[in-house]
Amino acid sequence: MTTLQRADATPLAHARAQRGLRNRSVVLVLLAALVVVAAFSLAVGAYSLSVPDLLRTLTGQGSQGENFIVLSLRLPRLTLAVLVGVAFALSGALFQTVLRNPLASPDIIGVTGGASAAAVFSMLILGFGSVATSLAAFAGAIIVACAIYLLAWRGGVVGYRFVLIGVGVAFMVQGVLGYLLSRADLNDAQGALLWLVGSVSGARWQDIAVVALVLFVLLPVIRLADGRLQALQLGDDLAASLGVGAERTRLLLLVVAVALAATATAAVGPLAFVAFVAAPIARRVLGTGGLALVPAALVGALITAVADFTAQHLLPGQLELPAGIITGAIGAPYLLWLLATSNKTGKGA
Amino acid sequence: MTHQLRAEGITLGYDHTPIIDGLDFEVIPGAITVIVGANASGKSTLLKGLSRLIKPDAGQVTLGGRNIAALPGKKVATVVGLLPQQPIAPDGITVADLVGRGRYPHQGWFRQWSSTDDEIVAAAMAATNTEQLAARHLEDLSGGQRQRVWIAMALAQDPEILLLDEPTTFLDVTHQIEVLDLLLERNRQHGTTVVMVLHDLNLAARYADHLVVMRAGKIIATGAPADTLTAEIVRSAFDLEARIVPDPVCGAPMVVPIGRFHGRAADPDPAPADPAPATRSRLHQQV
Repeated sequence: MTTLQRADATPLAHARAQRGLRNRSVVLVLLAALVVVAAFSLAVGAYSLSVPDLLRTLTGQGSQGENFIVLSLRLPRLTLAVLVGVAFALSGALFQTVLRNPLASPDIIGVTGGASAAAVFSMLILGFGSVATSLAAFAGAIIVACAIYLLAWRGGVVGYRFVLIGVGVAFMVQGVLGYLLSRADLNDAQGALLWLVGSVSGARWQDIAVVALVLFVLLPVIRLADGRLQALQLGDDLAASLGVGAERTRLLLLVVAVALAATATAAVGPLAFVAFVAAPIARRVLGTGGLALVPAALVGALITAVADFTAQHLLPGQLELPAGIITGAIGAPYLLWLLATSNKTGKGA
Repeated sequence: MTHQLRAEGITLGYDHTPIIDGLDFEVIPGAITVIVGANASGKSTLLKGLSRLIKPDAGQVTLGGRNIAALPGKKVATVVGLLPQQPIAPDGITVADLVGRGRYPHQGWFRQWSSTDDEIVAAAMAATNTEQLAARHLEDLSGGQRQRVWIAMALAQDPEILLLDEPTTFLDVTHQIEVLDLLLERNRQHGTTVVMVLHDLNLAARYADHLVVMRAGKIIATGAPADTLTAEIVRSAFDLEARIVPDPVCGAPMVVPIGRFHGRAADPDPAPADPAPATRSRLHQQV
């Protein structure tokens, strides 16, 4: 039924093959970097292992001490860091793509802030334990996201309105947080503050299982929505013209993005800026206007893994920083740079 | 197989303020239909309604006799394509990537890219003379090049009926002609039905097989340009006095607007508030 004559497609196919090659090499390089960082995280510390020792331990033939240090202390921590990195990165990438705004990331528009406020409320006021606190954080993120969506709704949701309302909500949530902390007992407040910075220390396998399960369910959804996402990048009108119901797709993908951010925040606290920077960095590395979801996820994992490793070893002695401080230190300058350059060109990443 | 695209008594509007109220409209298969009318007369709204970008508050749009709202979106997209007035592209997207996205409705769940897709994208780029731009970033192109790329994307979608909302706006006259020639060629050689909104009445008259004149959400005239574009119709559609002369290039009607300061010599009864002759000639020079 096609009305078009076929034309010689060799140059196009060639160009696409080259793009594919570049995509694959970027993914491979990121994977390799991740493996290196992972090896460092597992091997280096107060008790350092050589590479052969590490491999031996990972295959289950280490000494009792090595097993304990690597498999019980360092591996859960690394695994959780990688998983939440992926979750945050994909959440940010979805938010930014669906709302077509580089500032639309769960940590900027108050979704992770909502999780924080709910978590601190449950810790300080209700005196909940860690599992209940995680659930509260999850609920907080969902409630805030729904509130933003409803407030931004005017017969449809437009990116910039969503972001503006989200930023407003983020400030409100900050206010609530400040109030809760100021009312709290000093010791309790200290615990809450640590949670608020975000840290993967004390990772438990049940946290890891929850994050892994959520990713296992949502990654295929994202993969299937990939064409719709690409259509949505071209604006609501063109998306509709291509056969994609913009509003419905946006809502579905926002739900996925919120679930990812909520799960990750519930597990480790609001690791600042990972969601915000991962996808733009991946796109810049690739030099593409495409989605770059896989590279974005890998960049996210890399950021959290590096941040956690740095946080553990930056300060001499037994002092350990929460990973959120490191991600914040990477993310804040990027935000400034983005604002500075987007002013020049009149558009964002 | 040709599909009939038809609006049956549709009421369209935003926030329940109707812009178009109970309108009937039928797209003539294989023809170039041009919709003209003053700003806010409902031209774009009609296009959006036809391509189910806005849902009618009443009435229905049918494609091949079936309500378009009940058909699967991707299926409709293989028959009807719309190029909006100001399409958006993500930063850093290359021309080839963008044009390729037009293939979306033809692809399955996992979007396997086939050699047919490649060939059709290549053909769309050849038709719009954009092959040389394939690896360039869209934001680095000139306005005329960009518009050709967007049309290439619409052609890659390979619709039977192509709707375009002001495809020549923001283009200089050379590029306007280039784009319209491209669409005419597409129509004549491939039988693609074209429906577009244009602001330039003379270009509309020249390129249209079928002209639709709208005012305040209603169609006030429709037919071949020679029958449709009369001084009375222009007056009632645009509140503008104009002389209609034959276009010296192709004989289509050409609208020559009169305005407040010109053509009064031909007017036997000038208005009493007319400026003094000295002022008039000065105005004349300015205008």
